[in-house]
Amino acid sequence: MAAETKHAAMPAKPPIWNDPRYRAIFFQILVLGAVIGGSVYLVNNTITNLEKRGIASGFGFLERTAGFSISLSLIEYSEEMSYGRAFLVSVINTIMISVIGVFFATILGFIVGIARLSSNWLISKIAAVYIEILRNIPLLLQIFFWYFAMLGALPGPKQSVVVFDLFFLNKRGMYSPKPIFEDGFSLIVIAFILAVVAVIFVARWARKRQDETGEQFHTVYVSLGILAGLPLVAAIITGFPLSWDYPALKGFNFKGGLEMIPEFVGLLIALVMYTASYIAEIVRAGIMAVSHGQTEAAYSVGLKPGPTLRLVIIPQALRVIIPPLTSQYLNLTKNSSLAAAIAYPDLVLVFAGTALMQTGQAVEIIGMTMAVYLTLSLLISGFMNWYNQKMALVER
Amino acid sequence: MTMEQKTYEVGAHPDLEPPITTVGVIGWVRANLVSTPFNAILTIVSLYLIYISVVPFIEWAFIDAIWEGSSDAVCRNENGGPKPVACWVYIDVWFKFIMYGRYPVEELWRINLAYIIALAAAVPLFIPGFKYKHWIGVFLLFVYPVIAYFLFVGDSFGLPQVETPLWGGMFLTLVIAISGIVASLPIGIVLALGRRSDMPIVKAICIGFIEFWRGIPLITVLFMSSVMFPLFMPEGMNFDKLIRALIGVMLFSSAYMAEVVRGGLQAIPKGQYEAAQSLGLSYWKMMGLIILPQALKLVIPGIVNTFIGLFKDTTLVLIIGLFDLLGAVQATFTNPKWGGFHTTGYVFAAFVFWVFCFSMSRYSQHLEKKLHTGH
Repeated sequence: MAAETKHAAMPAKPPIWNDPRYRAIFFQILVLGAVIGGSVYLVNNTITNLEKRGIASGFGFLERTAGFSISLSLIEYSEEMSYGRAFLVSVINTIMISVIGVFFATILGFIVGIARLSSNWLISKIAAVYIEILRNIPLLLQIFFWYFAMLGALPGPKQSVVVFDLFFLNKRGMYSPKPIFEDGFSLIVIAFILAVVAVIFVARWARKRQDETGEQFHTVYVSLGILAGLPLVAAIITGFPLSWDYPALKGFNFKGGLEMIPEFVGLLIALVMYTASYIAEIVRAGIMAVSHGQTEAAYSVGLKPGPTLRLVIIPQALRVIIPPLTSQYLNLTKNSSLAAAIAYPDLVLVFAGTALMQTGQAVEIIGMTMAVYLTLSLLISGFMNWYNQKMALVER
Repeated sequence: MTMEQKTYEVGAHPDLEPPITTVGVIGWVRANLVSTPFNAILTIVSLYLIYISVVPFIEWAFIDAIWEGSSDAVCRNENGGPKPVACWVYIDVWFKFIMYGRYPVEELWRINLAYIIALAAAVPLFIPGFKYKHWIGVFLLFVYPVIAYFLFVGDSFGLPQVETPLWGGMFLTLVIAISGIVASLPIGIVLALGRRSDMPIVKAICIGFIEFWRGIPLITVLFMSSVMFPLFMPEGMNFDKLIRALIGVMLFSSAYMAEVVRGGLQAIPKGQYEAAQSLGLSYWKMMGLIILPQALKLVIPGIVNTFIGLFKDTTLVLIIGLFDLLGAVQATFTNPKWGGFHTTGYVFAAFVFWVFCFSMSRYSQHLEKKLHTGH
């Protein structure tokens, strides 16, 4: 009798195949087995295929001579150098277009986004038309448009478009004065770094003092003074070790100066204008997300419009803006791979294109290319996450 | 005229017109264009900007454009160079190629028939209150792809086979974008469920898969699918170039789809899960009957946006040698007679893409408003 009651009080134990814990373990083993089995199958196939086609494997090819030239390279490169060097050159080219693109796209995007919110009807509508046209046309088409239709229609070197006698734009690219760093320029760089460090310390000290005494300090003016002053002093001491190399028309083309190949110019214009249309919408949404009550509250405690924007609106808007902005930066970096379509020598064109054709080592090369993009993505999202946490609302 | 001070009895004051400067056109202009001196300057600058950009464009595209003719000669000046105006004759000559690629002309009815079936089936979906919507959905998702496959490929039912290298233009763009999105939806749902699962191994595999495809550009995916897929496959198994590109596009977009669906799953309150569990529903019943119907409804705008992105990204297939809409336009320029009409070709392609993407994004905004049931 007692045993029966005890039995009834116990919950019925489910059979083992109905127990969620065992089910989960069984299911996971199944999935893991399928994934591992699938990978082994693919790897096996790949190895057999590679052997059959007589394609070498391993990363030895990185040491071999590349034998092709690259039209744009920030570090020294020639045809006799190795595939490894070509890889490095192309990675730097990808990073360069991404960084410059992010910089200009952010500026243009903020301008268009703020214009979209303007009280001036015409300005707001122009910004809206810009956004709606640019973001609904494929980026590749825009790149082709700028590169083939616009830059391709530019005049030859003799009839270049001239801006202030310093910048020249023609079919072969854009030419601007190039800075030449003479001996002693490193001193100016050191002075600038010192100035940055000094500004950080001044800002910290000023904030601490304001926290303790409530007194404000003209951090902005003092910082600008330090940033401009220290390098200037260094420049005067070393006797201005900087000169400019101006482009000049010699023979059939411009010589000297900083040359930007048309592929770079076309790709940059397209990337910046396309991404800016997305950033503009993000900025607009971010600013609109800060309620008008915030502005009114700031005015009512006596803040002027400038500090209101700087201390109240922008920090709150940034919280909304930063996460989607990060994904736009990531998109721009990934989209820079479209360079391959117009022969800007980026990672995809040089490495996944030319080097792959020459060596045939598809697995290694595609793997390295993907690894570079994954690393860049991780770096950008890591940095933006750090910045986002710094700006995030501190909740109690 | 002297100012006359009139007095009225309380309530007897006549209704006066508002001052002319605050209503109507004048009032609108004052409020929206010239409210401050700075605003007035901005207005003048923008009017100038519009003048220097819109007027030349209208002249280029309409007034000076060449509309009639049958060969490139009408669009060329004396030295044989293209005239600096839009040459719509070019579009007229190449229209079929840009729309259908090199698909045989006598077989074009097959593509058109598939378009008509799709449109006829889709129209009732937009009629509010139509009863059999889910049957149409089932038809479009499961039956239609089969019909379309047999129509496009042929080689059965007495239809001659059309090899995929002949496919191209707008037709190919639609094939890639639509099959990419349709195939990526179920994979994306499974991945999203896996990512939110309690099982650590399943979760890790799903996160790894999603983040991998989201971290690399589509171009490298397409490169991979064109050079590495043949290595992955066992001997003698050979895929068509189009199928390889489709698999790449599908894997790529399923990762994005998974994130969209995950957003919807996260928006469902926990009470829904708990209520379903307390009713004794199993995991799949809970997901299939309670959670997913609500979550998917929430993310329809997100799915449309993913589709717009994919639709624009299909242009990338031209890099691996498939002729989509943009690829077809690009290919016409290699014709020795029609080189140099880049601007006309690109503006036309841009217009086609723009019409599609803009209407879809408007539709998604409309859905967003309609589905937003207050909170």
